[in-house]
Amino acid sequence: MTLAIPAAPAPRTFGIDVSKPVLYGVAAVLVILIVLPLSWLFVYSLTDGKGSLTLANFYRLFTESAFREPLITTFIIATSSAFICCAVAAPMGWLVARTDLPFGSMIRALVTASFVTPPFLGAIAWEVLAAPNSGLLNKIFRSLTGAEQDQHLFNIYTLPGIIFVISCYTFPYVFVLVANSLDRTPGELEDASSILGGGRWYTARRITIPLVLPALLAGALVAFLQAMTLFGSPAILALPAGFHTMTTKIWSLFQYPPKPELAAAASLPLLVLTVILLRAEHMILGRRGYSVVGGKYGAPRLIPLYRMRWVAFVLCMLVLMLPVFLPYAALLNAAFSPVATTFLTWHNATLHNIQFVLFDLSAASLALKNTVILGTATATIGTVIAVVIAYVTARQAVAGWRVLGFLATAPIAIPGIVLGVGLFLSYTRPPFVLYGTLWILLIAFVTIALPSAYQQLQAAFRTIHPELEDASRILGATRLRSLWEITAPLLRTGVIATWCFIFVGVMRELSAAIILFTSETKVISVLIYDLNESGDLGAIAVIGIGMLLITFAVVTAVNRIPGFGTVRFRT
Amino acid sequence: MKGSMFSRRHLLIGSSALTASAIFSTKVMSAAPPASPITPALIEAAKKEGKVVWYTSVDLPLAEKIAKAFEAKFPGVAVRVERSGAERVFQRIGQEYASNIHACDVVNSSDAAHSIVWKKGNLLEAYVPEDVAKFYPAEHKDPDGMFASFRIWVSIIAYNTNLVKKEEAPKSFADLLDPKWKGKIVKAHPGYSGTIMTATYQMQRDLGWEFFEKLAAQNIMQVQSSADPPKRLALGERAVMADGNEYNIFEISEKGGPVAPVYAKEGSPLIVGPTAMFKAAPNPNAAKLFCNYSFSPECQQLIIDVGGLRSVHPQTKDKPGRTPFKDIKTMKDDPAAVEKMSDEIKQHYSKIFKV
Repeated sequence: MTLAIPAAPAPRTFGIDVSKPVLYGVAAVLVILIVLPLSWLFVYSLTDGKGSLTLANFYRLFTESAFREPLITTFIIATSSAFICCAVAAPMGWLVARTDLPFGSMIRALVTASFVTPPFLGAIAWEVLAAPNSGLLNKIFRSLTGAEQDQHLFNIYTLPGIIFVISCYTFPYVFVLVANSLDRTPGELEDASSILGGGRWYTARRITIPLVLPALLAGALVAFLQAMTLFGSPAILALPAGFHTMTTKIWSLFQYPPKPELAAAASLPLLVLTVILLRAEHMILGRRGYSVVGGKYGAPRLIPLYRMRWVAFVLCMLVLMLPVFLPYAALLNAAFSPVATTFLTWHNATLHNIQFVLFDLSAASLALKNTVILGTATATIGTVIAVVIAYVTARQAVAGWRVLGFLATAPIAIPGIVLGVGLFLSYTRPPFVLYGTLWILLIAFVTIALPSAYQQLQAAFRTIHPELEDASRILGATRLRSLWEITAPLLRTGVIATWCFIFVGVMRELSAAIILFTSETKVISVLIYDLNESGDLGAIAVIGIGMLLITFAVVTAVNRIPGFGTVRFRT
Repeated sequence: MKGSMFSRRHLLIGSSALTASAIFSTKVMSAAPPASPITPALIEAAKKEGKVVWYTSVDLPLAEKIAKAFEAKFPGVAVRVERSGAERVFQRIGQEYASNIHACDVVNSSDAAHSIVWKKGNLLEAYVPEDVAKFYPAEHKDPDGMFASFRIWVSIIAYNTNLVKKEEAPKSFADLLDPKWKGKIVKAHPGYSGTIMTATYQMQRDLGWEFFEKLAAQNIMQVQSSADPPKRLALGERAVMADGNEYNIFEISEKGGPVAPVYAKEGSPLIVGPTAMFKAAPNPNAAKLFCNYSFSPECQQLIIDVGGLRSVHPQTKDKPGRTPFKDIKTMKDDPAAVEKMSDEIKQHYSKIFKV
């Protein structure tokens, strides 16, 4: 995910009249989506409760330790998570893309599984695994070593614990960026190095690693931003330990008595930091633009690992135990055992939790309905908007396409909880009173999904030569017909991938929803968060597993529509 | 309008000033409306509405059991339970009403102060179910008929019986400050739970904030709901809880879970949970029917037997094996004082415990 707008061939003019209204229409929608909430955020941050201008909110923000400490904690969490993600995901991505590692596609699928897992669900699963006294792993540790009851191996309610859990569900971003970049990197450059006498490792060090650095940098940045803006994991793990991060602090400012002015002011450092980091990345990547120069190239050569293959494979599986196997094992255990942290046996197995969720939990059906509606609507609307913008920018179909591209990527700089606060301030007042409807959540989710959807589709458009459309038009087809008959079929895979990506994103989303929901518009993620606050771990496990099944069912169903290829997630 | 949605307490006071004449007239009459029994007409009207939305802070499994019992008795009227901590429920209703969203029919909060605020804001419907009029003592019903005590319980100390021997268990709040409990205590949060808000008020009044300062130094595990500390004890995650619902301890221990209650020497904070219905209830008839059911001997016995709560309905019976309510030394409740102090309590608390 970058802000880079592709340098492209000389602009071509088409002179189609509908282009301008489309451009202005889409631009207007984007401006409302982004500018309105941010404006209210700025206005609120600079006013006091009565509406007069003040800097008091910022003064409090930077002088009171109740705000300074979360800011520092957040920075530590984000930096460490980004570092861990790169240290783990980059070698894994290289192993999968460039070596003869066995079962590479399975490892990619498992990384996808950890991406599909909502971070808050992972955090709850890790509570079951690594709570100091009741955690399953600590129980195993004690029974193996005969350690005392109050000794433990892991304590998830600590700063390192939170960094660990956040890294578990952030590293897929880095992995996918690095692996995709390595997939695309031309093998010829490495061949040239070998022909000129460079050894295998010399080539890796001097050619491959520099080529993949931009992707790694982008990955580090994405990981940093993800870790900084997550709400669920810190809320679940940091609050019991007695400290706040910025996101939980902002959220707590919305508890009664709400202090929206302070919440708005506290949101702005996150926003500013994000913008600065994205600019920095853009500057660094801009200079390294040579690395992705295209052309036709052969598949990269795989480096043989010999006996190390299996060692590397085992290491990869060990890493993937942490975000996938162990948490889901813990959730299965919690779903079927009478008490979440009691080991499941044939004798104590119970269907009580399943029965509770299916038949007793009266909020579940509404939340499920809302989530599916929002997931489908967000994915569809988001994909359509992204297709239009990606087409316009890729083909430079109208003047001003750069603005559209910029607007579509701008929301990447707005953390979910900040967007939630901004939208709340915008849409609880006339003329748009959308609070309490699914619309406000739809707006939030579309805005959050747009940047990555746009970038995925832009990449897809770039692989299709405009010449194909031109040929069709020269042969007499209208623009729409050539779009429909030539471009659309070529784009299908990319569109389906984007649709699934957004759908999964909606299932994962908690930080904006937690600010914007009402009882009638609750979604599954908020329901799980509610259940966590009252300690109903068994019900969470059942819903979490159900959520994963629904996600896989939807993704599989969409992938199985005849004529579409299978799809991998890309960021 | 800017900011008005947030300063709700002020907004409510403002709006009550606007409608002062209306309030004044009810004050002058100073009488609740006549008792309303369940009539076939009410049941019919409720069925037409088809559902009732109940905002409550009762522990979720119990809330859903009450809902299911109601649905079994009145088929055709579905109950949707909106369960969160009382302070969250209060915030949610405030936020929704500020945006003109009237989703809630009936509310049951564990912070009795909330009913005072809603009543002042002129949001509650005066409705007196027959059982309330006939059987409920005067101190457990609003003189204007706007709410009555649906449930009574105490916030208690408790311990995990696998981790702590009975004779070593703490006997008082003062005992919790013993260094041997460092890192072994779990407690809930007054910013989330009405039970804990009420309990924190009574404890800081009787024991002083110094008690909480010393407790914070014990490295406590901070959870949110007052239903959660009992569950953490049952998991074995912590050995002792400093506060939390007595009723969850009953519910767990009577199913064989390893937890046991302690009634502190200083007295256990007394919690009263009133039920009220909103004037702007979207399903007014179903709401009335649900209120009637809530205060019926049948439902009140259910919350005792299944839930472990206490009832003031004289036709109910205590469940054997539990300490009778009259034998428990309780602290004195004072919803009016909680209403005045709630913001201060939250601030002071988060200063001491950092969250």
